[in-house]
Parts: sequence; structure tokens; C-alpha cells
Amino acid sequence: MSTTTIVMRTLTPRQRGMRRFLQNKLAVFGIVTIALFLLFCFLGPLIHPTDQIHTDLRSTMLPPGSPGHPLGTDDVGYDVLGRLMMGGQISILIGLAAGILATVIGTLWGAIAGYVGGAVDTVMMRVVDAGIAIPATFLLLILSAILRPSVPLMICVIGLVSWLVPARLVRAESISLKSREYVLALRAMGGTHSRAVLKHIVPNTVGTIVVNATFQVADAILLVAYISFLGMGLQKPATDWGAMLTSGITYTYAGAWWLIFPAGFCIVLTVCAFNSIGDGLRDFFDVKGRAA
Amino acid sequence: MSDALLSISDLKVTFRTEDGAVEAVKGIDLEVQPGEVLALVGESGSGKSVTAMAILKLLPRSATVTGSIRLAGRELLPLPESEMNAVRGAEISTVFQEPMTALNPSMRIGDQITEAILNHRQISKSEAWERAVEMLQRVGIPDPARRAKSYPHELSGGQRQRVVIAIALACEPQLIIADEPTTALDVTVQAEILDLIRRLAAESGTAFLLVTHNMGVVADIADRVAVMFRGTMVEVGDTRTVLTAPREDYTKKLLSAVPSLPDIASVVEREPEPELPAAVLELDAASVTYRRGGRPFLALDGVSLRIAPGEILGLVGESGSGKSTLGRAALGLLPLSSGSMTLFGQKVGRGGVSGRRERELRGRVGAIFQDPGSSLDPRMTVGEAIAEPLLVQRRRFPTTASTRRTRVAELLDAVELPTNYASRYPHELSGGQRQRIGLARAIALEPELIIADEPTSALDVSVQAAVLEVLRTLQEKMHFACLFISHDLAVVHEISDRVAVMLKGEIVETGSADEVLLAPQHPYSKRLLASVPVPDPDKQALRREARAAARVATP
Repeated sequence: MSTTTIVMRTLTPRQRGMRRFLQNKLAVFGIVTIALFLLFCFLGPLIHPTDQIHTDLRSTMLPPGSPGHPLGTDDVGYDVLGRLMMGGQISILIGLAAGILATVIGTLWGAIAGYVGGAVDTVMMRVVDAGIAIPATFLLLILSAILRPSVPLMICVIGLVSWLVPARLVRAESISLKSREYVLALRAMGGTHSRAVLKHIVPNTVGTIVVNATFQVADAILLVAYISFLGMGLQKPATDWGAMLTSGITYTYAGAWWLIFPAGFCIVLTVCAFNSIGDGLRDFFDVKGRAA
Repeated sequence: MSDALLSISDLKVTFRTEDGAVEAVKGIDLEVQPGEVLALVGESGSGKSVTAMAILKLLPRSATVTGSIRLAGRELLPLPESEMNAVRGAEISTVFQEPMTALNPSMRIGDQITEAILNHRQISKSEAWERAVEMLQRVGIPDPARRAKSYPHELSGGQRQRVVIAIALACEPQLIIADEPTTALDVTVQAEILDLIRRLAAESGTAFLLVTHNMGVVADIADRVAVMFRGTMVEVGDTRTVLTAPREDYTKKLLSAVPSLPDIASVVEREPEPELPAAVLELDAASVTYRRGGRPFLALDGVSLRIAPGEILGLVGESGSGKSTLGRAALGLLPLSSGSMTLFGQKVGRGGVSGRRERELRGRVGAIFQDPGSSLDPRMTVGEAIAEPLLVQRRRFPTTASTRRTRVAELLDAVELPTNYASRYPHELSGGQRQRIGLARAIALEPELIIADEPTSALDVSVQAAVLEVLRTLQEKMHFACLFISHDLAVVHEISDRVAVMLKGEIVETGSADEVLLAPQHPYSKRLLASVPVPDPDKQALRREARAAARVATP
């Protein structure tokens, strides 16, 4: 129906989007969960201060509910609740930073490839294809075997292996955006290519970018957990949720469930929460794809 | 009246949206008699398409329809989907605007017609195929037996629309609803399709409900007209009465907004082309080649053109004639494959100025595009969009944030929009308002040349008239030269000093607007001009006869 435009009461796109976002129960759950995790990890240690540097061999493997240790202690006497908070700081920090880094690199790479087109596009996208062909976990394991793992290193490495997917997504959008008339208008008025990419193409892919970024963060948290679980992550006394799982797994047969379940639960819940935020954001940005 | 084929009474359509209920059709009454062509006209948002879809019960689920729609005495609204399916195609069928998307690209056209027949008739497949060939013959497809085996992409746009009509006719419906059936077609093709619809209505007694915004089309084929405005029925009546002596103010306003060519002048003295002063834009034997599926395609074939300072050059032609390609090449968006282009006396492109110098030169050219939906960045406010040229050309025109704000206000004022629009986003504006913003952006740097590619063809006629008025006022004030590209000859005649006609990548005729559009010399210009429907039923009848005579004359 070509001629059916319907006058609507004015709501800014943001208000409209907010309303739709808040209607998505799962997304609200995601936001609340992440907020609670941030409070738990970063403010928790103020309420429940623990020593996560010195081992305490007099009180190892205490079960949950022991005095002073609500979630028990591990094999070298670290308090599990306190360790969850500290490990969470590292997991969330690496996850967020690596997810954002990957998104920034991927967005620029994809936007430029799509905008320029031709041979440049072909070369840039073959690089992406090649990158996707190399298993990221494998690359990470080799790197952490060669270099001594640290937080900045892990952020860089995870960021550098996970920008490929956003690059592909943004390129596809960039190709369709570059022929929009406002981009043509800019070029016709003598605007530079960099202005076209930064002012018109990238802002208009923001929906895709932000949605993908939340998935990237979730993936990065999982990736950190993998590596640490395989023992190639940060070295003690520093830890993260993945590393906590590794040390816990040794004592599974001793019935020390409290070394595995809390950390595993935290990983699953944060990853789910980030993914549901991504789903909610998709609704937020998607104006056209909905039924009236 | 019980003899009406279709009778609608108190039809109301309400859409549920996020912002509450929106009433798109507010209780209209309408009747279609057997064998008549009834045109339903109105501007966007008038509810004409919604009415058509309501008859077919093809509205989305969010719509609530009340009232009564009776087809040959049978009430359609309470019918369940299964019975409605039997009605659609067999008793009422449809022709949509876009012939390419209405056909299945992976099916032979004969099979598509056969499918429509077999849906409703219990006959053998070979009988249905024979009937399909017969239908193609009826809609004027040459060599129908062979053509039935071709795929949609092998046909031209006009032929595709004929096939769509053949499908609609396949089961001999009593009523065909045609929603803007010729809007996507060129005028010469449009004229042929209108002739076809007229012939079918006369021959087979099929009634047509024609939804259109084009008054010329109405004058050409409609027996009666119904005018809609914002969901209400303004006026229904005999075509001649409504178009020549409208009762309602809205109809009068709508008609007066339709641009039309004056009568063909008896003799227009051809003046020799005067030697123009230094041109702002000059193309010399310019060609543009596209690669289409690996094969080169010459979209612009050795075109020479010059625009003098302060002159408006209208460029007309049908789709695929290369007029938009010429516009884009002039804007520097497409490289010339051969020939040369001179802007303000400086050669640009290969062997000329490039890089920053060329970008500075581009700042002296403004551009206006066709689609108000995509000409503004949805994530930029109107103010930012208008200020963009100032930012881009800040080396030549240094500005500060506050001078830019003042300039944006001035520009909004110049295009007759309230200055507080600067903080709005494009989606909050109507198509006409967006096109004014596009105009404001184009004149922000006081350009010496504006290239406007179909600036008003996506707008309703009354809005178009207002936007053209603004463009003309500004041109008189600022004296910029303008390359005005349009397929609408009447609009071009109204606004241009000189006109160039394009056909298949070449300019076939140039001259003053009166010369070219009132007394064309080239046979193609003549044919183009004869095809434009004018909103006057008597004049249109004469034109139709003249066209038929011309067709007989040319073998």
C-alpha cells in the first residue's frame, strides 16, 4: 500500500524504543542481573572483605556455612565468596573491554571495506575470512603459552580475534548505506570520504553495532573462562571465574561442589544476561521490522 | 441502488498502533456499477489504498473494518478466509503498482496465468494453458504462444504489467481493483496500458476500481471519480463534472495543483541557439559506462551540454534514458569514461583539478535528490543536516557554531519552514518538508549551480506545487543555474528556461522550453508529449484519438 501513511502522535524514537525495550521482560532481567553483578563484584569486597593474596592452610576446604566463610573456602584457604567477587571483576573487565575493542575495530574495518568497495573491499574481507578460518581458542592458547598472560594482554588478544564478525555485519550495512542520497549529497557538496564514513555510515549502523557488541561481551567472558579453565589464563593469586572452575574440578570427587557451582553459575548467568540485553536492544533499534 | 456491482456503505477502517487507534477510513459510501471504470483519487494518507485493500480483505491484522461491503448483493465482511479466497481472483482481482514484484521471477508467465485459472476452475492443465495464451493475446502481447514460455525478466515493464492484467482477467472477474497500475511506468507505456484497460472495460464489461493520484490518468479512462481526503469521501461524480466543475474546495485545490502544459502553440519560432557566456557546467561528448553483469553498458553516450549562469535547464526522458546518470556524473559521483566536464571554467575529472581543489569546486554546486526518505540522514537533526555543507566547506567559508546556527535559521526561513525545526529529526517531518530541508541544504553555500534529480516526483501534487514555488522564488533571489531532471513534462515546462530531451543515453533535442515542449521536432519528443495524460477529459479524448491515429500511421 503505497499511499498509506498514518499520522502518529509524536514520541521521540528514543521514547518509543525505551518503551519497547522495557516491554521485553528478558532484557530488563538482563540489565538488572548485570547491575547486580557489578555491585556484587566491585562493591561486595567492601562489605565482605577477604584476603585473596595470602593462602590460609589452616582453613582449607571448609564447606559453605562455616563461620566467616558463607560459601566455604578452597584448597588453599581462599574464601570462595570473596574470590567470586575478585574473579568477577577480572572476567567482567576483560569481557567488556575486549568486546568494545573488537566492536570498534570491526566497525571501522567493515565500514571502510563496504564504503570503498572494489579491490580494497575484496582484500579486506579476505583478511576477515582468513581470520575466521583460524580457531580463536587455539590462537589464544598459543599466545598465552608464549607470552605471560596479564589483563591488558588478554583484552588485546581477545579483542583482536573477535572483531571479525562485527566487521562482516557492518560491511553489509555499509554497502547499502553508501548509496543513500544523504551520502551522495555529502560527496556532491565536496565532503571527504572520512566524513562520509564517520558521520553517516557508522552512526547509521549503530543498531547492529550495539546489539552485536553485547554478544561480543558475552562471548569474550566465555573465552576468558575457556582459557583460564585450560590453565593458560591469569596466574595465581589473580583469578577469574574460569580459573576458579579449574581448581575446583580437581576436588569434584571429594564432594567439594562449592568450588564449581558458584563460579559456573556466575558465568552462565552473566553470559545469559548480556545476551538478553542484546535481544532487547535489537527491539530498541528495530523501528521498521515490527508489525504495526 | 441494488444494481450496483460493488456497494460500500459506512466503511470504517481503524489501525491499532503503538500510539493508539488511528482511523484511516472514516465511514465512506461508494458504489461501482458493472462495466464502469471508477477512479478513486486522493493524496497520500487519504485512505484510498486502504479502502481498496479492505474490499479484498487484505489488510494487516492490526486493522479493524466495520460497515458493509457488498459484491453483487453478497456481504463480504463476515466471509471467512476460505470463502474470501474463492472470491479473490475469481470475482474480484487485483493489479498492483509494481509489475516486477507482482510476478514470480522463477515461473514462466504462462504458468503463472495457468495457476490463477486452475485455482478457481476445474479444467485440465492443457486447457488452462490454451486459455493463458488467449489471455496474453487479449492484453496485446505479440506472439503469445511463444511469449507464454518466457520468464518475467525477459519482458519490458509495460509487457509485465500486461501480464499482470492478464492474470487478473484470467477468471473473468466482475471487478478488477487496480492500485496505481501505471505509476511505476513511463508515460509512453502508461498510455498503452491505459488504452488496454479502457478497451477491456468496454469489451468484457469488467468493472475497474482504479486507485490513482494522477488526474491525467483519471481524465483518460475513468467514467466516474471519487475523491478522498484524510479518510473521508469528498466528492463522487461523473469524471467530466468533477474535473471541469468540481463542487468541493478540496477537489478544486487538488486540480489547480496539477501542473499542466499549455496548449500546443500553433507555431513557435525557433531561434538559433544564442552563443552563451561562459557556462557554469559544460559537458563535451561525455560518456558513462556501467558494468552490468560483466558486460559494459553505455548509460551516457557522448552527451554535450552547457548550462549558462542563472539558467534553468530541464532534462526530460523516460526511465533508463540516462538522465539521472547525467546528473550524477555532473555531481562528480560517477566518473566519465570518455569526454570532458568543465565546472565554472575549470576542467574536472581526468586531466583536470582533483582532490581538495575539486572538493572546493563542488562546494559551489548544490544537489537535491528524489527520495525524501533517504536524502536526509535519519540520525542527524535538521539543523545538523543543513549546517553540513558549511562544515564541509569550512576552509572556504570559516564559520563558528553560532554563525552556523544563525545561517540555519536563515535557510529554514528561506524555504518557509519554522526555525524551531532545526532541532527535529527527519522522521518527524512530512515528505514535502524533508524536500524543503534538502533544498535548504543545497543552497546553504549560495551555490552557482544546483543539480536537482527528480526533486518533486515522490511528492503529492499539492506539496509538489509548494516545493516548486519555493525553488522558483529562491532562484529568482539567488540567480543560481539549475539542472532540473524530471520525467514530468509539465513540471519541467513550468520551471525551465531551456529543455533537453534524452533517449537511450543521448540528447535528441534541445531548445527553449516552449520550443521543445510545445512544438517538438524530434519524433521521440513528439511521442513523449502525446503520451502525457492531461486532467481534462475532452482534451484527453482528442489526444487519445490523435495517438491512435499516429499508431496506425506508423507501421
